[in-house]
Amino acid sequence: MVLIIGLVIIGIIIVLLLVFAGTYNGLVGARNQVKNAWAQIDVQLKRRHDLIPNLTETVKGYMKHERETLEAVTNARSLAIKAVDGGVAAQSKAEGELSQALSRLMAVVESYPDLKANQNFLALQEELTSTENKIGFSRQFYNDSVLKYNNQTQMFPSNIVASMAGFKPGEFFEVTAPDEREAPKVSFS
Amino acid sequence: MWEQISDNQVRSTILVIAMGILLIMVGSLLGQALLGDWSFGLVISLLIWLIMTLIAYFQGDSILLSLSGAKKIGPDDLPRLYNVVEEMKIASGLEKMPDVYIIDDPALNAFATGRDKNKTSVAVTAGLLQRLNRDELQGVLGHEMAHIKNRDVMLMAICSVLLGTIVILAWYGSRFLFWGGLGGSRRGSSSGGGYAQIIILIVAVVLMILAPIMAQLIYLAISRKREYLADSSSALYTRYPEGLASALEKIAASTEQMKSVNNATAPMYIINPFRKKGQVAEDLTSTHPPISERIRILRAMAGNVSFAAYDFAYNQVHKGGGGIMPGSALSETAQIAEKEIRVQAISADTIDDKKERARETSEVLWGLNDYRSVTCNCGTKFKIPPDFFSNTFQCPHCGAINRI
Repeated sequence: MVLIIGLVIIGIIIVLLLVFAGTYNGLVGARNQVKNAWAQIDVQLKRRHDLIPNLTETVKGYMKHERETLEAVTNARSLAIKAVDGGVAAQSKAEGELSQALSRLMAVVESYPDLKANQNFLALQEELTSTENKIGFSRQFYNDSVLKYNNQTQMFPSNIVASMAGFKPGEFFEVTAPDEREAPKVSFS
Repeated sequence: MWEQISDNQVRSTILVIAMGILLIMVGSLLGQALLGDWSFGLVISLLIWLIMTLIAYFQGDSILLSLSGAKKIGPDDLPRLYNVVEEMKIASGLEKMPDVYIIDDPALNAFATGRDKNKTSVAVTAGLLQRLNRDELQGVLGHEMAHIKNRDVMLMAICSVLLGTIVILAWYGSRFLFWGGLGGSRRGSSSGGGYAQIIILIVAVVLMILAPIMAQLIYLAISRKREYLADSSSALYTRYPEGLASALEKIAASTEQMKSVNNATAPMYIINPFRKKGQVAEDLTSTHPPISERIRILRAMAGNVSFAAYDFAYNQVHKGGGGIMPGSALSETAQIAEKEIRVQAISADTIDDKKERARETSEVLWGLNDYRSVTCNCGTKFKIPPDFFSNTFQCPHCGAINRI
């Protein structure tokens, strides 16, 4: 009788351990996906930072009266580069401002038909449009991954394992610039 | 979130097993009827299936790509297409960038292929590139990326091989049965063989007729389900169902037919390439759901792009009878708003945009066919064919001599 009870207890412990291990591995997998998704955003942000000097250089010659708009882009870029090591919140704020400055610049471009005929500019515009899209999509995937991971760390029963093993909830990459949510009135296509 | 789709594999697996059982039945019955030995027929049929599966696994994608005349492009050949593919790769969370191919065909179509997630390709026709704007292209490539992500390509390859094996066995089997059956009955009368042999013969004949039809129906059931799933995944990736809906509308309105397709490759495309002009409601015998219905479902999603919203929209369009999405995908997220990010505005598609796309597309096709581009001093551009005989030519516009 004692033997049977003992076996049952051992069996329960083994099952609990297996469940623990499974949940733990699931959490690690979700956290790795978040990290990986973040790396994707980073690649695209870096690409955008690299494109901007080229863009301002090309545009400068055509735009005599838009010094402020150009400077705003350059400043926002250097702030965004500084924010790279400042954590998710700071970085998403700086990048949001850069997006805004860029969309103002691209809006201004509409009134320079010569510029729009420049092959070099068109190629840059395509690259920039796509990089903006890629940033958006990688952010979307990142936020979805964070949501999934956070759900796991906060929902019963995996939250028990998460708090025991010290899994901290992930941070969303929010759009902080207030009017970035609305589509700018520019035709990038 | 998206890995949950693999749950849907269970249903598909059951259907695949059903096809496998059909194959085994056909094989062993043929063996019994022709040679009086069911195990021999079984072994032969499984062997044929194995060989065909191996070919499909290792050579399937290159066979498909070369059959359709697809040509591979790099990021610099056609930045717009390459970028959109990369955008969708990021949105779907796929790890490796698929190879990008162009098919020199004015019809509007696209397909994805690849045996595992490390070796995948997407191909689009020149017509598609020319006619779709960026959002629509995103929708179509999101659909193709979903096929890759949901492992549909492999599933459909397995299914089409099974189907092909059954069709081949039934075709040859019925002929052998006819001739061999006559010989068999002669032998039967001499040896006094009874009714058993005749009954087996009759069953075999019936099965030879029914099996290909049944296999075809199972195959279609699988492929149509995957189409709906890919549509809803595309809406989720792009956060913009209207992009795909509008693309499907343009595709439906075009009248060109694909030049190089056959029965085996048809389900790989985004729409059924055999679709006849003006044909709307296809019946049970189509690999794809009716295109008008797919558009209506996408448009009924009403600002919510989750799988649950797609399922709901499907029910609305169908007046019930839903359950097109796997249950686990539905429980995950109730509401995902349309277009969280929207960097480029979809302006109305201007004439200039259309011209630019046409120019861009033809430029790439010239390049892929080894034409060289020469610009004369007067500004006229020339495309020189690869087999042009001379090193120089005279510009008909200004009369200057140009070197190649």
